[in-house]
Amino acid sequence: MAPARYVGDLIFSFARYLGDLALLAGETVRGIFHGQVRPQLVVQQIYEVGFRSQLVVLITGAFTGAVFATQTYFQFHRLQMDTAVGPVVSVSMFRELGPVLCGLMVAGRVGAAMSAELGTMKVTEQLDALRALAVHPVDYLVVPRFLAMLVSMPLLVAECIGVGILAAYLLTTQILGVSEAYYVHNMLHFTGGRDVAMGLIKGMVFGVVIVFVSCHQGLNAREGAVGVGRATTEAVVIGSLFILVVNFFLTMTLNIFFPAGK
Amino acid sequence: MTEHAHPSEVITVDNLVQTIGGQEILRGFSLKVYQGETLVLLGRSGGGKSVFLRHLIGLMQPVSGTVTVGQEVISGLQERELAKVRRSMGMLFQNGALFDSLTVADNVAFPLRERGETDETIVSAKVEEALQMVDLAGHEAKMPVNLSGGMRKRVALARALVNQPRCMLYDEPTAGLDPIVADSIDLLIRRLQRKLGVTSIVVTHDMKSTFTIADHVALLHEGRCYFYGTCDQLRASTDPVIRDFVEGRSHDEP
Repeated sequence: MAPARYVGDLIFSFARYLGDLALLAGETVRGIFHGQVRPQLVVQQIYEVGFRSQLVVLITGAFTGAVFATQTYFQFHRLQMDTAVGPVVSVSMFRELGPVLCGLMVAGRVGAAMSAELGTMKVTEQLDALRALAVHPVDYLVVPRFLAMLVSMPLLVAECIGVGILAAYLLTTQILGVSEAYYVHNMLHFTGGRDVAMGLIKGMVFGVVIVFVSCHQGLNAREGAVGVGRATTEAVVIGSLFILVVNFFLTMTLNIFFPAGK
Repeated sequence: MTEHAHPSEVITVDNLVQTIGGQEILRGFSLKVYQGETLVLLGRSGGGKSVFLRHLIGLMQPVSGTVTVGQEVISGLQERELAKVRRSMGMLFQNGALFDSLTVADNVAFPLRERGETDETIVSAKVEEALQMVDLAGHEAKMPVNLSGGMRKRVALARALVNQPRCMLYDEPTAGLDPIVADSIDLLIRRLQRKLGVTSIVVTHDMKSTFTIADHVALLHEGRCYFYGTCDQLRASTDPVIRDFVEGRSHDEP
């Protein structure tokens, strides 16, 4: 009986958590259309979320592209298919590796910062001070982060993919000796707008997931410094897991609209 | 509760019940606050004074009972519906609750900018005036982390007062301050009441402060309003609970 009850409680808690996230999302949308959007805060968040995440994202993209190209080359070289490395790397970077790895890195860097900042504000009564000053915390804190993420995340994903493909190209053609012309020709032949669309849509969805998970953790932090630490850790863990799970369902769904290899 | 003839009720609290972590903090607390008066709420630490204060501005919703501000019942209102009432009130939090990402000047200017003041000359003038009122002129560029506890509290007071609220809620305004600063805060509360007619509700343990600023005193004991009256009535009371509190007796063995 006890395990069944435990599983039941777990399912109930998860359903309630999803409900909380949905309410936060609803309040955010309400804040955008009926509250007050603060452009200065949005720009500030674009700087925090987008501009300051670039180094992490660029390094992630470059080394992922390079490693993936190397592994692919070693396998394809045995089959005399060296020039197929280009399309394999580019399609993979666009459809999976770019958005997912960029999402995970942003969940770690930005999600943790968002959760810690909002959590600290919660436990030091700054959120209550906002409310007492007739400012809705969602309007002031979540809306700018949400809008900044909508702008920044597709750009970060595009950067990650671009640098990954460039690193793969340089490594494969300059070090591993694959023909530049065939590499580029095959890559362009097998990579299309559908792959670009899939990558950018995924990036945007992951950004939304990161914002709501992190802000929810921060806004609900309790018990002082320990609570903020817990909220921050959970924001990163839950955000990362959500990205991986949501990615599966997104791949299945988006593949209907943007089928691979056609 | 003693009945007094007063112009009008600004806040009416009726039978307020609040439970936190399974413990009943407020057990049917009722109180009236009248226009332009300073009401001091006394009570033991952890007795629910701050919890009560938070209900008056809608930061907490009661399990049962009602809070009426002016003509509007605020209990049960949604967060966005509370904005109108909150704009007419100010609250000083126990630890200041300054926004640590903003400078002193930006903290004080925050309510002005949020209410649509775009003329930075007016904002600067009002910030300067508010900071002078709390004796902190010249500290505009400092960050909250570089301020002492007392200074933080005074900046928070300037932030709460900058929009000239009709009603102020103070949560332990003099706790942790040296006697001179504490006295200046008391006098400021008194001055605001006399000059601007600001209604004030002050939660404190400080009996000296109470006797300096209070028009009426309420004592929160075991979740209910145990005493309500003037300072003279408080001094003259022979009730053992009230005497223990006023004279600071614990009955513990030395």
